Amino acid sequence: MPEPCEPLQPCEARSDTSSDRPVDLAATGTATLQSGPRSRPWRRRPLPRLRWRAAAPRPATGGPVPGNRGLWSDAWHDLRRNPVFLLSALVILFLVTIAVWPQLIADGNPYQGNLAKAQDGPAPGHPFGFDLQGRDVYTRTVYGARASITVGICATAGAALLGSVLGGLAGFFGGWWDALLSRIADVFFGIPILLGGLVFLSVVTSGSVWPVVGFIVLLGWPQISRIARGAVVTVRQQDYVLAARTLGAGNGRMLLRHIAPNAVAPVIVVATIALGTYIALEATLSFLGVGLKPPTVSWGIDISSASTQIRNAPHMLLWPAAALSITVLAFIMLGDAVRDAIDPKLR
Amino acid sequence: MRGAQRVMRVRWVRVRCVLCALCAAVAGAVAGCGGDSGSADGIVRSSWGDPPNPLEPANTNDVQGGKVLDMIFRGLKRYDPSTGEAKDALADRITTDDQRTYTVTIKKGHRFGNGEKVTAKSFTDAWNYGALLDNKQRNAYFFEYIEGYDKVHPVTGRPTARTLSGLRVTGERTFTVRLTQKFSSWPRTLGYNAYAPLPRAFFEDHAAWLKKPVGNGPYQVRSYDKGSVMKLRAWDGYRGPDKARNKGVDLRVYTDSNTAYTDLQAGNLDLVDDVPAQQLKFVRSDLGNRYINQPAGIIQTLTFPMYDRAWSGPARAKLRRGISMAINRAQITDRIFRSTRTPATDWTSPVLRRQGGYQPGLCGDACSYDPARARKLIAAGGGLPGGRMTITYNADTGSHKDWVDAVCNSVNTVLRSDRACVGKPVGTFADYRNKMAGKRMTGPFRAGWQMDYPLIQNFLQPLYYTDASSNDGHWSDTGFDRLVNQANAAPADGASITAFQDAEKILARQMPAIPLWYQNGSAGYAPRLREVTLNQFSVPVYSQIRVG
Amino acid sequence: MGRYVLRRLLQMIPVFLGATFLIFFMVYALGDPVAALFGDKAPDPATAARIRKDLYLDEPLWSQYVHYMGQVFGGHFGTAFNGQPVTELMAGAFPVTLRLTIVAIVFEVALGITLGVLSGLRRGRGLDTSVLLLTLVVVSIPTFVSGTVLQYVFGVRWGWARPSVAPEAPFTELLLPGVVLGLVSLAYTTRLTRTSLVENARADYVRTAVAKGLPRRRIVVRHLLRTSLIPVVTFIGTDIGALMGGAIVTERIFNIHGVGYQLYQGILRQNSPTVVGFVTILVIVFLLANLLVDLLYAVLDPRIRYA
Repeated sequence: MPEPCEPLQPCEARSDTSSDRPVDLAATGTATLQSGPRSRPWRRRPLPRLRWRAAAPRPATGGPVPGNRGLWSDAWHDLRRNPVFLLSALVILFLVTIAVWPQLIADGNPYQGNLAKAQDGPAPGHPFGFDLQGRDVYTRTVYGARASITVGICATAGAALLGSVLGGLAGFFGGWWDALLSRIADVFFGIPILLGGLVFLSVVTSGSVWPVVGFIVLLGWPQISRIARGAVVTVRQQDYVLAARTLGAGNGRMLLRHIAPNAVAPVIVVATIALGTYIALEATLSFLGVGLKPPTVSWGIDISSASTQIRNAPHMLLWPAAALSITVLAFIMLGDAVRDAIDPKLR
Repeated sequence: MRGAQRVMRVRWVRVRCVLCALCAAVAGAVAGCGGDSGSADGIVRSSWGDPPNPLEPANTNDVQGGKVLDMIFRGLKRYDPSTGEAKDALADRITTDDQRTYTVTIKKGHRFGNGEKVTAKSFTDAWNYGALLDNKQRNAYFFEYIEGYDKVHPVTGRPTARTLSGLRVTGERTFTVRLTQKFSSWPRTLGYNAYAPLPRAFFEDHAAWLKKPVGNGPYQVRSYDKGSVMKLRAWDGYRGPDKARNKGVDLRVYTDSNTAYTDLQAGNLDLVDDVPAQQLKFVRSDLGNRYINQPAGIIQTLTFPMYDRAWSGPARAKLRRGISMAINRAQITDRIFRSTRTPATDWTSPVLRRQGGYQPGLCGDACSYDPARARKLIAAGGGLPGGRMTITYNADTGSHKDWVDAVCNSVNTVLRSDRACVGKPVGTFADYRNKMAGKRMTGPFRAGWQMDYPLIQNFLQPLYYTDASSNDGHWSDTGFDRLVNQANAAPADGASITAFQDAEKILARQMPAIPLWYQNGSAGYAPRLREVTLNQFSVPVYSQIRVG
Repeated sequence: MGRYVLRRLLQMIPVFLGATFLIFFMVYALGDPVAALFGDKAPDPATAARIRKDLYLDEPLWSQYVHYMGQVFGGHFGTAFNGQPVTELMAGAFPVTLRLTIVAIVFEVALGITLGVLSGLRRGRGLDTSVLLLTLVVVSIPTFVSGTVLQYVFGVRWGWARPSVAPEAPFTELLLPGVVLGLVSLAYTTRLTRTSLVENARADYVRTAVAKGLPRRRIVVRHLLRTSLIPVVTFIGTDIGALMGGAIVTERIFNIHGVGYQLYQGILRQNSPTVVGFVTILVIVFLLANLLVDLLYAVLDPRIRYA
């Protein structure tokens, strides 16, 4: 499509950003949006600063050059200094610790309850109250971390990996590949979750989380693949891709070095939110009888059984949902920090 | 930049207009809502569920379809809503000399809504239709006691006759019925909706009848929007004593009983006949005394798979009784169900009353909660098979998980273990029933029973007789069978009921199924209704409701 | 572009066939549905056998499939177990769900993009943080809870809206359910818009526009937002089908007899014609939505070309 050039507007300039291309703009430019003819107070605040890194030209022969570490080690270097990353990594570490050793902070029994105390509020020794079966909500929330975090992290990682690989390849190669992979994704989109769960998970007798994780990955990858495909399609039209191609980069190098870092942002955003959605999905599957088998404890199971009791005992829902929020928040912050570090456009 | 400014101003004006229009639409929508359309005078708006089967009398086996049939049909007998007694409806006389051949005379002057007379042929045609295998009626087995059933409904192969040989029309209003065995309480089973008469229109234009059923009861179907709403209006051509006291009923399909309850609170609905469990904590403060909670003919049991060596046999009876003692029924019905269930102490229902055969305490110690004795009995019975026990249930209705978990927790507490008992959900009801039919249950499973008619026979024979239709645990005991046969042959009520209760005592000793609790029917209604009652099937008695 | 569209439309045919067979196979794998037709009582063997025979359920899978497809090409999509033809169910359910989905999409697009733009421009500030909190709340609280609470507050306490939707389901009554349905998707659209905006804010063409002295609003809306919308549009394309077929919780709360509810009932009752019929239409909706999204890429980002 030709560039849209409308009367009264100058034609848009093309964008090109690449951390590879040596930039010899001397000044670190900052751009601010001027206030328009009708100045309003909020307009006077500038856009985030653009920083142009004056990177030294890469020598023709290899060999380390001081000040230029390459994309990935640059990213790590930035991450280490990012307080958001450190905080979220700490939270995630804490969650993983209590997932592995729930006894560290909870010494009750998550399976046994005293029905006489069903749905009672907080009491001494039981800060979060009791659930419908008279079990301690605090203990169950702590023990629930294991199943939920395993399902959340593994399902998200699996779906994100599978989805971005397939979607990225489809977007990059186009043509037949694209048609085949996209249509396969379309077929998977159409499978209803309940039906898939009943067919695939009913035959499973093992009580572990892996069948559930596998199922969620199976149903979750099409969405991420579409996002990845869209991002790759956008990025592959850029000038720097053409430039890299002209310079002789092969497909692999192009994908890993040029396209992936620029296309990763939407995938990270969707994946981090999907983490929360997948834990809720695990809850739905358990509610339907095909997910985690009893007596497994998980936030999802607690949230779904508390949902119907919201009028009677809001505290049953509050604490597992809060735990879920904290986990999702930690991963969203982590994702943001990683994206900031990797995405060359944000340097 | 002048042009740009003008373009921008125009665009901003356009955006503002769109926003204003949106706000106006929302405000208009919001202002126009809140009230309800269709709260016409004298009409009861009631909640309903979509019947899973076509609305033919012999094809309807669920409560929702039964509601409609109860309103538009009157059969030979009708169960009194408060006492459960089988009173004559269309039957003038039903006589017998030998408890095997009955002569039925129907009352004069009754008609169907389309003007046809109700004759003996209306009944025999309907019953033949219901029994014939080719019509695939779900309730066909209700005719199994009539002679000739095995020819119209053979177990395999095609039917060799089109009509039941045991049915004979002897006059315009009389017909005889010959049964395959002595069955003294047979006339009292005739209140079930499978025995309703049908007009000729049913046979002549079946598809049209299904779209708008025509019957002979106090209501007629005005319109039927399948899956959505059915409007019934009182019919002044009805001759019976229980004429409708309101102008009609609108049955609205609700996908969830919580939504129906919320609509009741908002004033959009007049009658909800199943108050969901999670609303029970506040139902009294919401509705005051417009909340009904009374026994219905439903009992919930845990049935053991008696085809499995691990659970069956008299040696294991101690184990089964011990498990029954480990369940704290009182606490569960109080905390989980908020007293809409009553702990069961026999295998029938309070709805029968003592004169009908209900005997509280028949189960004895085995149905009381006694942790110490339970532990002893379970140990004496050999302990749980493999140290574990699962309670299987179907997860699709969503309401069984809570009590199954509570029962398992009770057993775990008694046995001082975390994992002795665990719930085992099955995804779909069909899968659940297939497992039952295929004898693939590995432990006790949920079995609920709703009575077809308020007779003690209906609580015992179909469930525990050898090879009976609903004997899902496949238990068999010759002593029990003998007592049931004796009871069926007994001419007088007293002897019959005593024999049934003796049979029940065998159940108490062997415990093939643990009786958990009797289920109540519950309903909530709006202030504009009066005289709302439920019958023993937990269905509202619509004809008695007054509006305004 | 015409050839591209034609090629995509032709590709729909194998997807259609593949999806129908896959779903048919999956419902077949669930097992025999007849046992559940008799309520809590055991099925009468003779009647059950007869019903099975009449529904072709005792035939092998391929034979059942061929028979079903033959009926489909003749215009009959089969019958549900309660006697209603599937076409009637679809005719009743799809218009309602379509309206509900439109409300949800409009809500999530309008509010999501607005919030995303605002929080993207004010990255790290108060608004950004509160939008992030809103995202978390929406993801952690199940739809059932938000739906019931909103239904109670707006329907019962304040009386601003009907708690349940009338069978005709006009747009006005679908506003509240649409908002409830679109809440989780709102989280995705907001975050995606925000991230894209932040990314593209440093692009050269934005710098140029700023340097030219264009008013801020123009830059954001005309230049920045257009390219930033690609991931959002992609997501919405995937979301349309998910909202249509997966709105079961919202439909149950508000008593909407839509596609999600019918599909759910069909699956639980293991009724093959209902499930295959509804899923097939949903797959076609997915395909059309994805085609539209792909065409929109070229509109939104002029640098993208299609053969």
